Amino acid sequence: MNTIHKKLFCFFISLSIILSGCQNNIQTQDEIDGTVTTSAYLENKGSDTMVNMALFWAEEYQKENSEVSISVTGGGSGTGISALISNTVDIANASRKIKQEEILEANANDVYPKELIVARDAIAVIVNPENPIDRLTLQQISDIYSGKIENWSELGGDDRPIVKLSRETNSGTHVYFLEAVIRLGNSKDKTIFSADTLLLPSSEGIISEVANNPNAIGYDGLGYITSDVKVLAVENSLGDYILPSIDTVNQNIYPISRDLYMYTNGEPTGIIKTYMDWILSEAGQKIVADLGFVPILKGET
Amino acid sequence: MSAKKLNLSEVIITKGVQISGLSSILFVLLILFFLISEGVPALFDVPISELLSQRWYPIEGYYGIVPLILGSLVVTLGASIIAVPFGVLTAVFIAEIAPKWLAEILKPLVELLAGLPSVVLGFLGILIVSPFLRDVLKLPTGLTAFTGSLLLGGIAIPTIVSISEDALKNVPVSYRHGSLALGITRWQTIWQVTVPAARTGILTAIMLGLGRTIGETMTVMMVTGNAPVIPDSLRSLFLPIRTMTATIASEMGEVASGSVHYHVLFFIGIVLFVFTMTVNIIASKISSREIKRSERILS
Repeated sequence: MNTIHKKLFCFFISLSIILSGCQNNIQTQDEIDGTVTTSAYLENKGSDTMVNMALFWAEEYQKENSEVSISVTGGGSGTGISALISNTVDIANASRKIKQEEILEANANDVYPKELIVARDAIAVIVNPENPIDRLTLQQISDIYSGKIENWSELGGDDRPIVKLSRETNSGTHVYFLEAVIRLGNSKDKTIFSADTLLLPSSEGIISEVANNPNAIGYDGLGYITSDVKVLAVENSLGDYILPSIDTVNQNIYPISRDLYMYTNGEPTGIIKTYMDWILSEAGQKIVADLGFVPILKGET
Repeated sequence: MSAKKLNLSEVIITKGVQISGLSSILFVLLILFFLISEGVPALFDVPISELLSQRWYPIEGYYGIVPLILGSLVVTLGASIIAVPFGVLTAVFIAEIAPKWLAEILKPLVELLAGLPSVVLGFLGILIVSPFLRDVLKLPTGLTAFTGSLLLGGIAIPTIVSISEDALKNVPVSYRHGSLALGITRWQTIWQVTVPAARTGILTAIMLGLGRTIGETMTVMMVTGNAPVIPDSLRSLFLPIRTMTATIASEMGEVASGSVHYHVLFFIGIVLFVFTMTVNIIASKISSREIKRSERILS
């Protein structure tokens, strides 16, 4: 027997020892899982705007409750709701209210969507601190982004070209801004961002360009705003100019804000209910605030 | 016994080398196949006239890729205007003029520049180059095609310098000695003897440098503003544009697999592939022509 054969022999022997060792470990692990805990699996799907928040919730919750495993996926509010309708998810995330026809479709499928507001989202419109403009109407913001107003002097500001900044098209904020501000909530309106709008890949990119460039206007979630930029007051339906803040959002007077929802099939029970109660608890809402969304006030749903 | 063992290891080594060689071809073919199978359906999903339209706004079904192609071309053209003269002149300086000790410092430094991650370059672009250009050139914003060109020039220069310098070094010393012996000055020797002799090597260097700039993603995504505007005049060089690479990089992550948008992004990938392949084919054509000519001379 030459050395190669010897080596091979030793290799197989050691391999089989290692493998049998693994086998034993797997068995003991199974025994522990089977006897000590009952495991539960939750499927959570929907809005891309909320996917980060949902992931943080799931991660944090699983740290405290190791028996629950939660899978979070994005895909958009529509994807989440249609998955709920076909009863393939436990919780659907949506950054818009469920539509009447979706409820009817669900009912036909013996699914009864139950709505829960889990957080709020405000979008601040920002300019450079040097810019004298400090308030705008929604119509003016829409005209700026669709390219109808191209110079700050048309709005009573300095004679400077307007440089429009936006998040990339894959951002939920982009889509919400398009629907709620540029189209002013009119779903038949087909106006889109003018082609010369700068699409920046990150929130930080928008903040730094607005902070440095007196020509720029941008928008971003409230949580991303720093003191280097000036937040504009936006006119609401009552004709008041309102600055975005956690208070004005919760009082429903800041116009560019929206509720973020979770939908379940019927009144949540068992693990789903404990999870959703936890989301509304202080720990859950702290994550909301940390990620720059507006937390729900206590005692309010 | 020992001969047998030698044979065995020889067979293993030969096969190993063979498999690695063949697998690289296989990988390229597989990537090409994947690109085509994912990208070509775009032609059935979206009419060609729509693909050739002027507006890119995929979430509302506007799939005009013309602004993206032109955007990539403008940035690359700008980068070449900056990188070619600068790169070639640097190579000439290092190879022909600089004293030996200086050349020995300069060359590794330039090559170090090639190792600079493009995201770092993009960061420099956002923080320093773009505010500087906005102030100095009185632009509406510093995130422009020109900013991208400037930084991409920085990426192409090390490639151009390094390969051109090698080409210049490969010009036989007898050429220089001959021309100097004829009483021609050093300056004339460089421009009329050495550089023309290394011409094909320098052209290959330029093509490879440009190939790098077309495919560069991170830097352009960070500094060009990504606005899908059709560049229609010289002024467009100083306005934001959107390149093919930045579009694929920023949109591919969120797109639903198998959707129209997904296929169109792969189609853009095919267009990009054709561009870089053309550049590389031209580069290899140039260098192979050189070989043929030298073979002719030798025979």
